[in-house]
Amino acid sequence: METSIIAQLAYLVSAILFVSGIKQLSSPATARSGNARASVAMLLAIVVTLLDNEILDWTTVAAAVIAGAVIGGVLARRIEMTAMPQLVAVFNGFGGGASAAVAAAEFVRLGGSGAGVELGAGVTIVLSTLIGAVTFSGSLIAFGKLQGVVTGKPVTFPLQKSFNALLFLAVLVVGAGLADAGVGDAVASIFGSGGIEIGVPFFLALVAGALMLGVLLVIPIGGADMPVVVSLLNSYSGLAAAATGFVLGNMMLIIAGSLVGAAGLILTQLMCKAMNRSLGNVAFGAFGTDGPTTKAKTGERPVRDVDAEQAAMVLAYAGSVAVVPGYGLAVAQAQHELKKVCDLLEERGVRVRFGVHPVAGRMPGHMNVLLAEADVSYDKLLDLDDINAEFDTTDVVLIVGANDVVNPAARDPASVIAGMPILDVDKARTVIVMKRSLSAGFAGIDNDLFYMENTLMFFGDARQQMSELVKEVREA
Amino acid sequence: MGELLIGLYVFVLATLAGREVISKVPPTLHTPLMSGANAISGIAIIGALVVTGVADSTWVKVLGIAGIVMATINVVGGFMVTDRMLQMFRKR
Repeated sequence: METSIIAQLAYLVSAILFVSGIKQLSSPATARSGNARASVAMLLAIVVTLLDNEILDWTTVAAAVIAGAVIGGVLARRIEMTAMPQLVAVFNGFGGGASAAVAAAEFVRLGGSGAGVELGAGVTIVLSTLIGAVTFSGSLIAFGKLQGVVTGKPVTFPLQKSFNALLFLAVLVVGAGLADAGVGDAVASIFGSGGIEIGVPFFLALVAGALMLGVLLVIPIGGADMPVVVSLLNSYSGLAAAATGFVLGNMMLIIAGSLVGAAGLILTQLMCKAMNRSLGNVAFGAFGTDGPTTKAKTGERPVRDVDAEQAAMVLAYAGSVAVVPGYGLAVAQAQHELKKVCDLLEERGVRVRFGVHPVAGRMPGHMNVLLAEADVSYDKLLDLDDINAEFDTTDVVLIVGANDVVNPAARDPASVIAGMPILDVDKARTVIVMKRSLSAGFAGIDNDLFYMENTLMFFGDARQQMSELVKEVREA
Repeated sequence: MGELLIGLYVFVLATLAGREVISKVPPTLHTPLMSGANAISGIAIIGALVVTGVADSTWVKVLGIAGIVMATINVVGGFMVTDRMLQMFRKR
């Protein structure tokens, strides 16, 4: 399984194409060709690998590739944009599963050859299997939570953290036993079975333990925290591939795997920052539930509510409008109606743009994809810092299905969401909030924005109210 | 240990290079970035091809094939869905 010099050089070309392809993702104008470049890099790596190795059974390999390509292709074509987080979760899982399968195959091959496993190879096989299996089962749970098959609420039980820590330790001990026969003998003697053959039973225990760990690490995390989980699992799937690279001594796997690992890690950090929470708090805090659970306690305070006609008037006679979409917009599938309202406003000469918070959606950047699908031009999609610089010169902010990310309480050091980066919508002249009720968001706290003098509450189902708004703006 | 050490160098340097280019991706494109990265993590396919290609036992073959199928789903599905998303990002 030595890689020839020519293949190594081809892998280097492939690595350059991967990195430069990702670099092109820095602008929406070049992103598509960047993705194409990365796929060429992948094709090159695959072709070179096939030519460089004596494939004994072409039929089986071809059948497996075709089966995978058909499944992947159908999923990619059929998936609704709203379900993108689920798809990415499943793909993360397959990436981890593939890496674990390769490591397992290598374990069986080395074990069967009778040559024994060296310490270095043992450690990498164990790591690759561990990370891959955790990614696989963890991703399937994340998929279940996003799809609603598994409850979005945090699932907790007494001593959960201690149990997870013990399980992790046990997996590590089993792993160490596999990696090094000396440790293995020691472990075997602890269990009193002296001289147990280190091998398949230990390996199966490792896989079972790792799969269980993946499940247990994701179930206590609430539905609203899934952007962090999906990002983290994305990182793991890369690390698993890199670990497989160490197993096989293949630089291509190490390079591509570490690129993905870095991408996932950066997105994880960004998501945590956007929620102003540490990764530890997300992982063990059992925070975000699947939806609003607490009713606002201060519902007696007066609010100014408007109907579609009044809201349309305010919007139609504004000079500039900033739209702040939240996950509620996607749930109500109202993004196409929203686009119609914006088109009508622009026809009247109103300047319209969108302020998108990093956690508006179920995965990083999700809301931008949904708006792009509704035909919103990407230069109108502004991120947090850019839109915040514009609010004090904005006439009207239209908030659709967002809550915590526009809550001024984040500026109050005593609040539970203190320090969370928010959209400073209260700086605009008028704020229209389209929402079902005054109920609290994921953070479970009341939103002072709703009771402010310049805020108009436009109650109702986002989709229905948005079509009302289309009608009224047209007539305004 | 020589090969492992070289691998470690490559791993660390590639991670740093990845950090540089990926931190320049705007939040607007974070979903395509992730699905694209996803496709790239399907690189495990070349590992799966290598082990399946030289498989001399049934178990190695079964695991290798499982690896090929899962990784190919990742590669093909990942790049296709990323392309589908990116073509929606248009300037008007």
